Amino acid sequence: MATMTATAVRSSARSGGLAGQTAMITGRWLRAQYRSPALIAFTLVQPAIWLLLFGQLFKGVVKLPGFSDSSYIAFLTPGIVMMTALMSSGWAGTTFITDMERGVMDRMLTSPVRRGALMAGQLLSNATTTVIQTILVFAIGLAAGARYDGNGLGYVVTIVASMLVGTAFGSLSNAVALLTRQQEALIGIFQFVSLPLTFLSSIMMNPKLAPHWVEVGARFNPVDWATVAARQSLTANPDWSSVTRHGLYLLAFTLFVAYLSTRAFRTYQRSV
Amino acid sequence: MAPPTHARTGGGDLAIEVTDLVKTYPAARKKPPVRALDGLTFDVPAGVVLGLLGPNGAGKSTAVKILTTLSRADSGTARVAGLDVVNDQQAVRLAIGYVPQKSSSDPMATGTENLVLSGRIYGLSKSDSVRRSAELLERFGLADAADRQVRTYSGGMQRKLDVALGLVHRPTVLFLDEPTTGLDPEARADLWTEVERLSAAEGLTVLLTTHYLEEADRLAAQLAIVDHGKVVASGSPEELKAELRGDSVQVELADATSANRVHSLISELPGIGEIVVEGNVLRARVDRGATAVPAVLGVLEEQEIAVAAVTVARPTLDDVYLRYTGRTFRAAERASDAEKERAA
Repeated sequence: MATMTATAVRSSARSGGLAGQTAMITGRWLRAQYRSPALIAFTLVQPAIWLLLFGQLFKGVVKLPGFSDSSYIAFLTPGIVMMTALMSSGWAGTTFITDMERGVMDRMLTSPVRRGALMAGQLLSNATTTVIQTILVFAIGLAAGARYDGNGLGYVVTIVASMLVGTAFGSLSNAVALLTRQQEALIGIFQFVSLPLTFLSSIMMNPKLAPHWVEVGARFNPVDWATVAARQSLTANPDWSSVTRHGLYLLAFTLFVAYLSTRAFRTYQRSV
Repeated sequence: MAPPTHARTGGGDLAIEVTDLVKTYPAARKKPPVRALDGLTFDVPAGVVLGLLGPNGAGKSTAVKILTTLSRADSGTARVAGLDVVNDQQAVRLAIGYVPQKSSSDPMATGTENLVLSGRIYGLSKSDSVRRSAELLERFGLADAADRQVRTYSGGMQRKLDVALGLVHRPTVLFLDEPTTGLDPEARADLWTEVERLSAAEGLTVLLTTHYLEEADRLAAQLAIVDHGKVVASGSPEELKAELRGDSVQVELADATSANRVHSLISELPGIGEIVVEGNVLRARVDRGATAVPAVLGVLEEQEIAVAAVTVARPTLDDVYLRYTGRTFRAAERASDAEKERAA
C-alpha cells in the first residue's frame, strides 16, 4: 500500500499545473468548435440582422439633439459586438449540460484535473469564438458604412472588452448549468436576463436620451461598461480614463463571476 | 447460518474498505429526503472483482460516487487503495479509474483524442499517452475506429471506450457502474470477456455494480447484496447459493385467489422451508426437489386447485436475493421503477 501511495504522489507532481491542464481542456473545446463551424456562422446571423435592420431603421436617431455621434451604424457596431458576445456566451453552459447528461462531467470530476482548469478551458475556447465573432461583426459594420477616427488601439480595446463580456456571461451560463443541470432552465434563465441587459444599455440608444431609469440601469450593466469602453476607445480623442475605469469594472466583474462559477462545481457535486 | 452482513476479510491488502457509510439526499420539492446509504459496510481484497448487486435505487451508484470522490458521505469512512476518500482525495483520484453509469466519452472527439486527453489529465506525457491509447484501442478491438468521432460508435463500442478511458492511467482500482446496462446481449458478452481478462491478467481490483443477476454470477468473485442502502449478504456467488440448502420449487397457480390456501397446505408438507407468495406464484425452498414436487402436486390435486406450471431449480442468485430481502429481484426492480415514476 505504501508503494501505491508513493506512485500516486509522484504522478500527482506530474499531472500538470493549472496552465497545462487549462490548455488541454481548451484544446478539447476548440477542436469540438472547429468541427462544427456552422454553429459560429449561425450565431452571426442574428447580429448581422440587428446591424443591417436597426442600422437602417434607426438611422435618423443621430439627428436627435444631444446624440453626439454622427453615424448611427458607427454608433451601433460596438454595441452589437457586445450584444453578440453576450448572446452567444449565454449558450456556453449547454456544453456543460451535455457533459453532465453523459458521464463526461462525472469522469472529469473524479480525475485529478482542477475545477479551475475545467472552467477556464471552456471559457477560453468561448472567448476565442467571441474574438472571431467580434471581427466579423466589425467587418459587417464597416461594410455597411461605419468609420472610426481612432487608431488601431480602439479595435484592440473592443476585442478585449468583448472577450471579457463573453467570459463573464459564459461563466454565469456555466454556473447556471451546474446549478440547474437542465438545458431548458438554462436557456429560459438566460433569455430572461439577456433582454434587460441589452436594453438597459447604450447598445442601441444613447441613454441620455432614454428615460432616467434606463440610464441608471445602464450604469450597473457590465455589457454597457464594455460598450462604453469600446465606443470611447474608437473615437478620435478617446477619454482613456473612462475607458480604463469601465474596463476595470468589467475585469473585476469577470473575475468575480468566474470565481463563483468555479465554486458551483461544489454545489453540483453535493447534489449528485 | 446466514453469512454476517458485513464480513471483514481478515489479513491481506484491502483495496477498498467501506465502514458505515450514510448518505441522505435532501428533500426535493414535494418529495421526502432519501436515505440512499444506511450504514453500508464492506471490504474488497486487492485483486478481486467484487459485485455490488441490488435493484435500482438500492444505493449502489451512490456508494460508487462516494468511493470515487465525486460525492461525500454524511458519515462513515471509506478507504480506497489505502487512502481516505476525503482526506487523501487527490491521491485517491490518481489511483482509481471510474466508468460512470452513463457513457463518459466526448462524442465530438475521436476515440484516440478521448483517450489521449484522459491520459494527459492524469499526468502521462504526450508520447506515453498516445502509446497507451493505441494499446488500449487495440485491446478493446477499437483500433479501426480510433480516428472516428465517438458519436459514430455503436453502444457497445462506446462502452468499451468508456472502460478504456478508466484504464488509461493504469489505476489500481477500477469502478464499473452498471457497465452493461442498455447493451444488446452480444455486446454484453463481449464486455464481460474484457472485464474477466482485466481482473485475471492485470490483478486489478474491480468494483462492479449491477442489477443483472447473471452478470454478478459470471463476473464477481465476491458479491455484496445491497438493499435499501445496506449490505444484506456477502460472499462468493457459490457460497451464497450453498447457504440455501436444497432446491427451489416454484408453483404457478391458475388463479391467484387460492394462493393463501395453497401456502398453508404446502407448509404442512415435510421438507419444505420458507415459502414466499407473489401474486399467483409460490416459491418454496425444499430439501430435495425430486421428492417435493410430487408431494406438492399431490396435495393440490386432492384439493382440486388448478396449477398452471411447476418448476424446480437449483438455487440461483435470485433465490439468494429473495432469502435476504424477502422479495424477488424482479419485484424489487418493479417497486423501485414504480417509485421513480411516482417521483417524476
